[in-house]
Amino acid sequence: MSLLPRLSRSFSSSATRCLATPVTQKPALNKVFKIYRWNPDEPAKKPTLQSYTIDLNQTGPMILDALIKIKNEVDPTLTFRRSCREGICGSCAMNIDGQNTLACLCRIDRNEGKESKIYPLPHMFVVKDLVPDLTLFYKQYKSIKPYLQNSEPPADGKEFLQSPEDRKKLDGMYECILCACCSTSCPSYWWNQDEYLGPATLMQAYRWIADSRDTKTAERKEVLQNEMSLYRCHTIFNCSRTCPKGLNPALAIAKIKMELAAD
Amino acid sequence: MMSTRALGLGSPLRRVILSRGLAPNQALIRSTFTKRAIQTESLPPSAQVDILNKQRLLRPSSPHFTIYQPQMTWIPSIFHRVTGGALSALLYGFSLAYLVAPGTFDSVHVVEFVGGLPDAVKYAGKAVLAAPFVFHSLNGVRHLTWDTLKFMHVKGVYQTGYVVFAGTALGTLALVLL
Repeated sequence: MSLLPRLSRSFSSSATRCLATPVTQKPALNKVFKIYRWNPDEPAKKPTLQSYTIDLNQTGPMILDALIKIKNEVDPTLTFRRSCREGICGSCAMNIDGQNTLACLCRIDRNEGKESKIYPLPHMFVVKDLVPDLTLFYKQYKSIKPYLQNSEPPADGKEFLQSPEDRKKLDGMYECILCACCSTSCPSYWWNQDEYLGPATLMQAYRWIADSRDTKTAERKEVLQNEMSLYRCHTIFNCSRTCPKGLNPALAIAKIKMELAAD
Repeated sequence: MMSTRALGLGSPLRRVILSRGLAPNQALIRSTFTKRAIQTESLPPSAQVDILNKQRLLRPSSPHFTIYQPQMTWIPSIFHRVTGGALSALLYGFSLAYLVAPGTFDSVHVVEFVGGLPDAVKYAGKAVLAAPFVFHSLNGVRHLTWDTLKFMHVKGVYQTGYVVFAGTALGTLALVLL
């Protein structure tokens, strides 16, 4: 019979319950989370917002902690992506209180009176609950050939060298984790994602255009030289405003426009 | 029973109960627990594309501008587009109207018509025309500055945004009182 409490403990995500000595209980700080729900097994049912109330004093500080607590202790059917829980994998990208961000990097607003609303990334097809279909996003990323292209062998026969100044040009771009927060915050991407590449992909396009070791710069620029791929960017800036890594896709896109105009 | 199953405890619990013989009526327990809750169906691997495509047709699109937080980034951008469209429609509409009926829409008649209106309507009308014009002009300059890579960071966007809104208020006031 001792098995049951042990098992239920291992499934519980409240830290205090795992401690040997009981901690003095803080008063409950109940907060309402409203979460977008849609189940592919019942496709005729319209997506709804479902309310969950949890005690913030029994929860970790981040939105992801709250989601995991809800999934473990309240409703195991709640579906979302998560992996690293420290903002480096980009899996838990979602729209929290109207802004796209990573659930693991987003602190819970401890104001009891205000409910938190959580939606999947905007204007994406929903696989289930908070899981968007990113197939097109990844296809677009693949289309810009995100790898080093150099027809010449390295001078020393081993590796392509780069001056510290040239390396510095990649800072602020190579850090992108492709969480899709920026692309799905962009109104142009909402209306034209079938043709417009979107901020995340365009910043990576420029990351390879700006790379001094890459020799296919002209070809890379050529594929962007049309009405839709690049020029649907109207410098709205939602991308840079929302980036959970603090990067600036709008600047990278403006630099591509500048270089294309100079050609 | 529901709660243990919800936590995924179904199978260890069953093992404990069945192996230790704690259940008073083992036959009943076995028939309840060993019944499969889900029926499975065997399909060839090639069927997965069809299943995926069928499901893709049913997927809803997640909500977008109705739930996105209003920010200094996209709100002025949408205003810029709307005011640009409205001002162009006005310009083209008036020009075409002049082309069709030059006698009705020439300067003399327009001045005469506006002169006959009460003061309140005059000021309101001027404000309605002036605000979009000033905003669109100033925000246009903001866009041109960005094209030269100046203020291309989030802080710059907010600073220039507030400047444009303040300028719009002042400019509209100046034009209304003209």
